[in-house]
Amino acid sequence: MADILFHLFAFLTIGSSVAVVYNHNAVNSALAFLVGLVGVSGLFVLLDSFLLAVLMVLVYAGAVVALFLFIIMLLDMQGGERPPFSKPTAVAGLIGAALLTVCTMTLIRNFGGLETAEMGAIVPVGANLKHYADQLFTTYLLPVQVVGFLLLIAMLGVIVLSKKFEGMEDVK
Amino acid sequence: MIELYLNLPVWVQASLKGLIAIGLIIPIAGACSLAERKISAWIQGRPGPNRARAWGLGYIPVLGPILQRLGVFHLMADGAKFVFKEDVVPGHVNKFYYYLAPLVALVPSLCTIVVVPFGAYFDAATETLKPLILADVDVGILAVFAIGSLSVYSLILAGWASNSKYPFLGGVRASAQLISYELSRTLSVIPVFLWVNAPGPEATLSLFAVVESQSQPGFWGGMWFVFLMPLCAFVFLVALFAETNRQPFDMPESEADLVGGFHTEYGEFKWSIFFVAEYAHMTIGSGVFVLLFLGGWNPLPWVPLEPLIAGLPVWLGGLIGASVFLGKTFFFIFLFMWVRWTLPRFRYDQVMKLGWQKLLPIAIANVIFYALAIALIERA
Repeated sequence: MADILFHLFAFLTIGSSVAVVYNHNAVNSALAFLVGLVGVSGLFVLLDSFLLAVLMVLVYAGAVVALFLFIIMLLDMQGGERPPFSKPTAVAGLIGAALLTVCTMTLIRNFGGLETAEMGAIVPVGANLKHYADQLFTTYLLPVQVVGFLLLIAMLGVIVLSKKFEGMEDVK
Repeated sequence: MIELYLNLPVWVQASLKGLIAIGLIIPIAGACSLAERKISAWIQGRPGPNRARAWGLGYIPVLGPILQRLGVFHLMADGAKFVFKEDVVPGHVNKFYYYLAPLVALVPSLCTIVVVPFGAYFDAATETLKPLILADVDVGILAVFAIGSLSVYSLILAGWASNSKYPFLGGVRASAQLISYELSRTLSVIPVFLWVNAPGPEATLSLFAVVESQSQPGFWGGMWFVFLMPLCAFVFLVALFAETNRQPFDMPESEADLVGGFHTEYGEFKWSIFFVAEYAHMTIGSGVFVLLFLGGWNPLPWVPLEPLIAGLPVWLGGLIGASVFLGKTFFFIFLFMWVRWTLPRFRYDQVMKLGWQKLLPIAIANVIFYALAIALIERA
């Protein structure tokens, strides 16, 4: 049963991720992304980490994709003509290809060499609510703070970049 | 009978339970639409629907006229109309999403019942109170919020797929409003769970645990959280109104300036699905409020259910628990309607200001206050 469900959710996740990339309509892409997130949260449920599954749906599926859709609709983006290769695209493609090569090489070289740990030996950090919270506030306190700070900077940056300031009056 | 049930495979048992829960919630939603018309009439000082009379049923001596005056036949006529009307699809819509939207509205609001306990029974074998619930999971309230938050897509999709101006505006408003109020709603329940969870390795977000902690002995133990944390209850209630798109927050519909909002292009059965979903959402939202702040199935503050039903047969005890809970829930459904027919609708900018500049700071200050207070009490 768990195997069938795993394959179901895995195919759902991968299929919808491919659909995100290949769809010309931005709304379709966003909704495919939503389905993908639900698939990922299904995978979390199969791993018994219900908290992460629920947070995935609550934060990403419930709020972030809704915001994406809001922006897409507000800007009324139509797929339109895609520009041919520009310089940044070429550079990004090169880096992507290089990374993919490294991954494939690693996969081929170490195929089957991955150590499978006993299920009991894995510390269920995400499974227990309090344990999860405890880890966030002790072991991973610095990464959490840094990520929060980065998000704050990104938010401020977006506000500064998207608002048109005219003179010092607006800054105040 | 019980033997036969227990011999069924687990998944059949689960499906049966789920079907029973859905079979309960849909008639409640239907009755809500009737109650809405009757209560609006009562508030506005008019008789409301009282004319329709079904052939045969209406002529039963005492019951017939009572049903007629309650407007039950109007409800039946409405239902029949929705089912038998021609299914018109406007030519300019995006068909796939147009049909998907009502489904997306109904499915999440029905799914949330899974983790909401709707009563309790006394288990004689273990001498404890057990919840009447489909799945008692630790993430309880988070699951309700998570699945409930997916229903925003029905409004967005309906607005977008309709491919015309007013539904589109309704959809955009819906997405902005629901996201804004989700923050305050989630923050407002944090103090409740801070209070419920004692220090130690185990923690739970289950709604059953919340009710359990409101049915302890003693002055503080038996106190309903609405007295202990009135501000939380208030913020949660306001956010609940906004989340269920009920007036004064029904921006996505607001028929005065958007015709019908997101459902302008919908008719017949698809339209009625939107409304069943709205009432189901409201029912479950009221239920969650009752569990969190009004002691769930405990009949009165400081009067827990457990000793009352301990000696009774299991089915009677369960029935009493569920009735108390449903009674309180129905009162909250009435409150929703009462507010709808009393207060005028906000303007859209007022909704946004209220959400971000008033409710959210209050909710944050509230969390900080209760976190400090609970920490001090724990230390003492």
